[in-house]
Amino acid sequence: MSISREDVEYVAALARLELTEQETQEYTEQLNSILGYAAMLERLDTTDVLPTAHAVPLHNVLREDQVRPSINHEKALKNAPDGEEGFFRVPKISLT
Amino acid sequence: MVVANKYEMVCGLEVHVELQTKTKIFCSCTTEFGGEQNTHVCPVCLGMPGALPVLNREVVNYAIKAGLALNCEIAEFSKFDRKNYFYPDLSKNYQTSQFDLPICGKGGLEIEVDGEKKWIGITRAHMEEDAGKLVHSGDTITTSNESSVDYNRAGVPLLEIVSEPDMRSIPEVLAYLEKLVQILEYTEVSDCRLEQGSVRFDINVSLRPMGATTLGTRTETKNLNSFSSVRRCMEYEVARQARVLDAGEKVVQETRTWDEGQGVTLTLRSKEEAHDYRYFPEPDLAPLVIDREWVERIRKTLPELPEARRARLQALGLSAYDAGVITQAKALSDFFDAALSSYGDAKTLANWVMGDVTRLLNTNQCSVVDSPISATQLAELLGLIDKGTISGKIAKSVLEDMYSTGKDAGVIVKEKGLAQISDEGALIGIIDDVISANPQSVEDFRAGKDRAIGFLVGQIMKATKGQANPGLVNKLLKEKLS
Repeated sequence: MSISREDVEYVAALARLELTEQETQEYTEQLNSILGYAAMLERLDTTDVLPTAHAVPLHNVLREDQVRPSINHEKALKNAPDGEEGFFRVPKISLT
Repeated sequence: MVVANKYEMVCGLEVHVELQTKTKIFCSCTTEFGGEQNTHVCPVCLGMPGALPVLNREVVNYAIKAGLALNCEIAEFSKFDRKNYFYPDLSKNYQTSQFDLPICGKGGLEIEVDGEKKWIGITRAHMEEDAGKLVHSGDTITTSNESSVDYNRAGVPLLEIVSEPDMRSIPEVLAYLEKLVQILEYTEVSDCRLEQGSVRFDINVSLRPMGATTLGTRTETKNLNSFSSVRRCMEYEVARQARVLDAGEKVVQETRTWDEGQGVTLTLRSKEEAHDYRYFPEPDLAPLVIDREWVERIRKTLPELPEARRARLQALGLSAYDAGVITQAKALSDFFDAALSSYGDAKTLANWVMGDVTRLLNTNQCSVVDSPISATQLAELLGLIDKGTISGKIAKSVLEDMYSTGKDAGVIVKEKGLAQISDEGALIGIIDDVISANPQSVEDFRAGKDRAIGFLVGQIMKATKGQANPGLVNKLLKEKLS
């Protein structure tokens, strides 16, 4: 499996990243190298191995349905770049 | 549905239901509706770096319960995934949802349209978090320069129920939705308040030429929150697609939005712009293992579902229609059952519940849950009629007094002296008086005019302010006159 330039451009667009020509080239090579390394795993026989859903052997980590205090406006909005009257404010939303 | 005999519609639905837990799915913030903006939030539901989600056990219980009520398989192993997209209604840039291993697998429910029964398959149901609310500064989303965000709803637990594309007409779609919401209401996994957005519908619909077996290109219209919007939206969208196909053009696969004001669907985003969500397993949440014992424990908490209740009431002698009315909403059905436990005549009870009780509640805009007349009190009232203590007519006025005072029927009957006079000794005197005061009627009756007795009975009832036992009066009067 290999990653093409187009794949990198597509993924960058999905992640809202603007890449220069040089970066696109660089990342294509790097990603291919990473995938190539991981491809070593394909040499193993995994016929009877279940797909891994989670790396930690834990399940059913649950909490009870009990309300705890939330945080206040001041704390909630402390790191927000923009806000007003307890609302977070975001720039114009483009749907595309 | 056959559109102008040329096309058949094919429809599948996604329904998002807010589960009525006290806290959010992954944090302990309250799920209470309303509240000042951004006051039901914490580092987890605001997506602060490093904050770690912990799954609410009750969400899993509700998901299992809903799944069982919808005849779904409950997965022994399921997990959460991240659905990645950029939109400020979620601050994390992903929604925590379930992708390939949802909690509920295949199921379905039976609908009935025009007397015909049909099974509508459910593909799956999965748990996920709700998003926050955007308030746009401009008139519409496209003209706004900026938007304000309230994350109170972000993280409220949802169950997304996905149907098979099994519906072929708008009445089938509505029947499916009504049945689905009714079942969810009965299981009490959600308050099902449509007007508050507790249940939202996404409609996938396509047309194909009559007789075709492959599917046409579909559109998805998102976020409807009432049955009437669903009906209007579908009428519009089906007609629109038919026009496109009639013109020899192709339907564009896209996501559309319903404009309630204009009564039209509009393009939200086309397939080329469709999101590639790049799902991957959520590393911050451990998978779920649900054993049979857990499922059976939840199964025991399932109430008798509407269909079973309807069948039970019909077996007690109610018509299909009456049984349907009584079981339409769980609250009324529960009220009926509570009264039935102390008053055995289901048919009479149904008449009172559907008639005078419902009318009183409606006139006073009162829900059955808040009814000042309890089910036991109603049962007592009906018992008084059966015992001959009061007539059905008097009972109606007693019921009104019960509504306004909250007093028991027996107390009102006593206080107001409304008990029927069933004591022969007490009636004989009155009957004698009426007979001697109306010699003409007595003569008429003896001359064979049966109607004359009606007049005499009327006079006796009048003299007793309607409280004389009519059957007894008739009997005694006939004895006197013969």
